Amino acid sequence: MMEYIFPLIVIAVVLGVVLNLAAGLIWVERRLLALWQDRYGPNRVGPFGLGQILADSLKLFAKEDWVPPFADKPVFIIAPAIVVATALLSFAVIPFSSGFVIADLNIGILFLLAMSSLGVYSVVLAGWASNNKYSLLGGIRASAQMLSYEVFMGLSLLGVVVIVGSFRLTDIVEAQRKMWFVIPQFLGFILFLIAGVAETRRLPFDLAEAENELIAGFHSEYSGMKFGMFFVGEYIGVTLISATISLLFFGGWLGPWLPAPLWFAAKTMFFICMFILFRAALPRPRFDQLMSWGWKVMLPLALLNLLVTGAVVLARR
Amino acid sequence: MFSLVRSLWEVFRHAFARRVTIQYPDEKPYLAPRYRGRIVLSRDPDGGERCVACNLCAVACPVDCISLQATEDENGRRYPEFFRINFSRCIFCGFCEEACPTYAIQLTPDFEMGEYKRKNLVYEKEDLMINGPGKYPGYNFWRVAGVAIGGKNKGEAEHETAPVDIHSLMP
Repeated sequence: MMEYIFPLIVIAVVLGVVLNLAAGLIWVERRLLALWQDRYGPNRVGPFGLGQILADSLKLFAKEDWVPPFADKPVFIIAPAIVVATALLSFAVIPFSSGFVIADLNIGILFLLAMSSLGVYSVVLAGWASNNKYSLLGGIRASAQMLSYEVFMGLSLLGVVVIVGSFRLTDIVEAQRKMWFVIPQFLGFILFLIAGVAETRRLPFDLAEAENELIAGFHSEYSGMKFGMFFVGEYIGVTLISATISLLFFGGWLGPWLPAPLWFAAKTMFFICMFILFRAALPRPRFDQLMSWGWKVMLPLALLNLLVTGAVVLARR
Repeated sequence: MFSLVRSLWEVFRHAFARRVTIQYPDEKPYLAPRYRGRIVLSRDPDGGERCVACNLCAVACPVDCISLQATEDENGRRYPEFFRINFSRCIFCGFCEEACPTYAIQLTPDFEMGEYKRKNLVYEKEDLMINGPGKYPGYNFWRVAGVAIGGKNKGEAEHETAPVDIHSLMP
């Protein structure tokens, strides 16, 4: 009996934590951006402005759910669901502490990469179904960006996989008992961080929505909760990449004194704040710069990293 | 590449900088004495209206938000029969204050005049009148002006010599 109930509890907890975190991140992001821009941000509704989360989501639900008459209706409706669904599915393999995981797949990393790549379909389909030139441009940019950054995103993780010899995320975390992988795999960490920012289409790599060129890019035509889904999807994506970084490079839940899930949460939160700092500080590159960076700098570096790591692992054997 | 890291650090340092926001309703901003806010009509030290209804403010106003009608009292003193400022149009440029020859119309450091109905932004003379002389205490236009009104003839104003008797100017 217990073996059926425990996974359900885990699923409920993970869903609850992730979805509430995604909503709360809207407030966190606004407060942090304000902090770094010498402002206050939302601080009126409730204690510390926390009621802003509720107010914002209520407002989004109350908005008119409008589909433009020129849009491709079924695709238009399904696109925002894809981004949330794939991002939530990725959390199935994320271990919150040893044993507290929905599905401890032996191909965890591959599943993670596959799901986050599927997320780009949401953007492309949204851009296409909106039947709007700016949306389409945003969608095309997103797909091109995803193609070029997906490649070295996977390759940058392979260094870790080569050292551990397993795709299973719990194995990878357990292998970091002596040393976090950020030290031997520093280049891999930097590459994965950059690729992760590009993967979630966050600033400075938000060329798919680039407000000042493409209005809002792929979600120009979206309103109400469909627009909200894109936002929730983006924040879940940020949480996912931060969780992945802390699992693969910073020892996940391993740490002294505090209980394991707290360590994991603290590390994840740190990288979420890093994401917001990137947004606050860095300007957006031009599209050709983005592409040439991806193919001419990051991909060779990722290959080099894999090559050297493989050589070292072989030499030590 | 290094510049990106540096700008990340510079932005992060702002977390410990003083915030520039003034939390307005709790904390009022400092308004300079010459701040151009709500317009008032002032009175001279004797308590009489300063406005002589010359219409210069209405002419100077770039958005035509001032309207007034001149009339005279029994002493021959001009004053506005009505004086109306439509603050929903007013741009607070202060040209009316500059144009005013009697220091009657003045802008004050007050901007809290929000209303729910636009009509309530049309201020009549009794809304604009204040009880004091405003920024110019001691100034009384009628006492220094060379105009004859009831109770004061030409030459009786302050610092004014009596007019020359033109008959004494015969060659």
